[in-house]
Amino acid sequence: MAKDLNFNFSYIWPETVFFILVLYLFVATMLSRKYPKMATFAGLWPIPALGIVATILAGSSFHLNEAMFFNSYRIDGLSQFFKVLISLGFVLAAINSFSQPTLAKSRKVEYFLYLTLSAWGLVILSSANELVTIYLALELSSYSLYILIPVRAHSKEAAEAGLKYILFGAAATAIALYGLSWIVAAQETTYINALASLSWTVADKPLAVMGLTLFLGGMFFKLALFPFHFWCPDVYQGASNETAAFVATLPKLGAIIVLIRLATLLKPNLEITAILAVLAAVSVTYGNLCALVQKDLKRMLGFSSVAHAGYILVGLVAGTAEGLAAAAFYAMAYLFMNLLAFWVIGRISQDGRNLTYDDLNGLAERSPVLALCLAAAAFSLVSLPPTVGFIGKLWLITSLWGHGHDWLVIVVCVNSAIAIYYYLSLVRHAYTEDPFKNVAKPKASKKPLETASAVASAAASAVVTTAEGEVPEGPVKVIDLTDTSAYSYIGALFLGLLVFLLGVFPSPVYSLVLAAAKGLLP
Amino acid sequence: MNPSPYPVLTVLTFWPLAASLLLAFCRKESQVRIVTLIASLIEVVLAYPLLAFQSKEGFQFLEHIPWAPDWGLNYTMGVDGISIFMVWLSIFTLPLCVLCSWTYIGKRVKEFHVCLLLMTMACVGVFAALDLVLFYFFWEALLIPMYLMIAIWGGDEKRYASLKFFIYTLAGSTVLLVAIVALRVVGGTFSIPELMQMDFSFRFQYWVFLAFFLAFAIKVPMFPFHTWLPAAHVQAPSAGSVILAAVLLKMGTYGFLRFSLPMTPAASEYFAPLMIAISLASILYGGLVALGQTDIKKLIAYSSVAHMGFVTLGIFVFSVQGVQGAIFQMLNHGIITGALFMMIGAIYERSHSRDIGKNMGLGKFLPFFMFFWGLFGFASFGFPGTNGFIGEFLVLAAAFKFKTLVGIIAVPGALLAAAYILKVTLKMAWGEPPSPEGKGWLDLKKKEWVYLVGPAILVIYLGLAPSGFLNVITPTVSATLTSFESRKSNALPAPKAPEGTTLIFTEEGGVTSAGGEKNG
Repeated sequence: MAKDLNFNFSYIWPETVFFILVLYLFVATMLSRKYPKMATFAGLWPIPALGIVATILAGSSFHLNEAMFFNSYRIDGLSQFFKVLISLGFVLAAINSFSQPTLAKSRKVEYFLYLTLSAWGLVILSSANELVTIYLALELSSYSLYILIPVRAHSKEAAEAGLKYILFGAAATAIALYGLSWIVAAQETTYINALASLSWTVADKPLAVMGLTLFLGGMFFKLALFPFHFWCPDVYQGASNETAAFVATLPKLGAIIVLIRLATLLKPNLEITAILAVLAAVSVTYGNLCALVQKDLKRMLGFSSVAHAGYILVGLVAGTAEGLAAAAFYAMAYLFMNLLAFWVIGRISQDGRNLTYDDLNGLAERSPVLALCLAAAAFSLVSLPPTVGFIGKLWLITSLWGHGHDWLVIVVCVNSAIAIYYYLSLVRHAYTEDPFKNVAKPKASKKPLETASAVASAAASAVVTTAEGEVPEGPVKVIDLTDTSAYSYIGALFLGLLVFLLGVFPSPVYSLVLAAAKGLLP
Repeated sequence: MNPSPYPVLTVLTFWPLAASLLLAFCRKESQVRIVTLIASLIEVVLAYPLLAFQSKEGFQFLEHIPWAPDWGLNYTMGVDGISIFMVWLSIFTLPLCVLCSWTYIGKRVKEFHVCLLLMTMACVGVFAALDLVLFYFFWEALLIPMYLMIAIWGGDEKRYASLKFFIYTLAGSTVLLVAIVALRVVGGTFSIPELMQMDFSFRFQYWVFLAFFLAFAIKVPMFPFHTWLPAAHVQAPSAGSVILAAVLLKMGTYGFLRFSLPMTPAASEYFAPLMIAISLASILYGGLVALGQTDIKKLIAYSSVAHMGFVTLGIFVFSVQGVQGAIFQMLNHGIITGALFMMIGAIYERSHSRDIGKNMGLGKFLPFFMFFWGLFGFASFGFPGTNGFIGEFLVLAAAFKFKTLVGIIAVPGALLAAAYILKVTLKMAWGEPPSPEGKGWLDLKKKEWVYLVGPAILVIYLGLAPSGFLNVITPTVSATLTSFESRKSNALPAPKAPEGTTLIFTEEGGVTSAGGEKNG
């Protein structure tokens, strides 16, 4: 591996495109005070456009295998795979946020500036191959999120969530930095390639193992792995639906890529691998059990992502190329199925409220497409075929079996039986519940369709009155503001198709990831 | 190898999927019904090349496409003597289901028929898949439409029943997935035919058998795991009950035949006494509980538990006769119980009740209905001359041959079947009608004739001339059992178990004999 600067623009096109987008949005932020039009599509179209360009550029450079900046920055199959995922996820999350109802118009451009900054940090993180670089990229993406989370109009919960995220994040960062200092002290290098050839047993280097554990703790905070998960449900609940969609997906990818790179240090039979296995098992079980009793959909998804963090760790515990590839593949599955779930939630909650299960009642009749996509997301999250979640989990557990942690495979599989209850609740409410169960029907004699529109208009007026500060009358629970425009269908169908097609035809992507993971391990 | 002009199993599996997409373009409810009916008839026509099935051992109509080569996943389809009739059963169930829900289902008709078609796809897929992951794909994919069918179109307690069904079956399949993964890692392949030829260590077989057992025993369902079945049957719409009874339950016993016996012969032999005991318990328990039911549908549901007990009994006495009887009984139960559930749906449309007390004295007003009910009822308890007799007789004969005691315990089960069927038939035919409104009920309508005559002919034909059927399955059955007999003592000697944990059994000399580093 080259030990020189080896700088070449053609290696870092995706990063550059993101940088250009950041600069553009910075200027647009300034301009938007004077020209309010900047906050509409007329000013914001470069976000999806450049995002797609970055996706294509990253996707077209899979063949690269280069080390830059004295081997602290690597361009390889794995980094490009994650850059594709992050860029694509960014485009979808940004489109998802365009019509965010709880975002003041004056803040809109700014909002996207921080969103892009965060994504840019994650893109850099995908290639970071040295601990300090990792740390810097991670902070670049985190600081923006600290600002994004409280941005939700008229919401004290959002402020609380923002504060929690900052405090937890700062503590986690401090722990990670502390661990980093121990690693430097014990191993005298911060380059992952150099670290990989050193010993990581407690007997040889107790200080280094301690340091690595602490550093991993910082990553686990990002990933919301037990016991670093406490922020996750609160932040999802407090942040607006669209922000939560971003926070729930992309930063997790960043953590996963770092963990995959660090996993090259973890030889089988190390003490630290056993710790990871236990954490994975606890995280999966704890996340699923907590999610069982949630009523708020975003809280439920928060605990579900605690469980999913555990699933991803399964691939790292295996430590083989197959295991790392499976973890990367599952990261992709996680991205798509969560974005899909959040997309549907965002479209149902057109006024930006938090949804409960009851708000899904009768979704299948209000909007069959959204209901179908929600079902696809739910079944993928619980890893039922034919979805990408199933294939992902199958590969995770196949890669782990026979590596001394078979009990973990059984724990992971049995957890599906726990998880099915709350994921199935999504489907049950969407498909089997009466849409107007909790609503006082205007008149029994009216036809259902008229009733529906009557309730919808009544509910809409109720929302208006709420906005004016008055309490609406009557037990209006189901507010049929479900967006059924083409815009709402595009993202849902795109993601739904991805979840389904990758579940049925996973082979091309998997070969790509496997080759990338094999390049990572000696 | 593949005598048909097109990949018949693939077409049969995915044609219902294509048809369900077609339904998206239908606007009127009647249109949806007609399109689905035509699609289901096309499905039957498409199955024509399957008639070329030769009565010999081994898989036929093989199809093989690499699916995910990096992981050894293949798309492999094929049928042998065990599965061919299950495929036929799934295919013929579909048009009957469309017909019997013609007036029964009144709301969200399009979704209902999409569910029906998807279920047929999954059913055919399960029986034709020769790759473990492909099998699991269809096995799990089936849950979703079935769940929706109970949860949307079900009775008053649909929520409870559908959830129970889903969680029970999914809990069983989770360990099935673990077993599949273990077989992949130890055996080195997902291919079912290859795994059927491999010898594993006894310890490995022991655990894999238990995992299979949990998944299949829940699906069958066997005695302690049966509680989801009455709930699901009673709440499901009649088409749902028909598919549940005719096809879904067979997947469990099919799994025992296809996986447990060939892949874990030593463990099967080891657990056989337990399996036989549970089968006998299912037979007696199902029969006794059925005797006490006042709800017709629940009665037939519990009778299913008893009948499936005969099937598992036939499988685990390990004789050609027993397994023949088991497969025959699988087919019989599909035809007979499916027909009975359709009739319960038909009478429910008239009386709006499934209570025996509300459906009495039908012999006077609905003579043809009672004729068919009597025929299927008699077949259900194995009256000579009907197909039920052949299956039950073969199983009982095999049981007596295996051990007289087993036979003696099973016989009261057959008697119980006669008791509860005759009890309900007597009341329905000659009981005192509870209300005068029953007089206005019409006897069988045209479509009811259509969907009852087919099963009725089969009941009598198979009852009088079973040899054609038995000839087709016998070579596969004998081959399976020969291989079982020769390999049941072949289990690789297990090296010393690693200390510490009991669950690490993979490295103990699977075929790859990986040795591997033991992590005690």
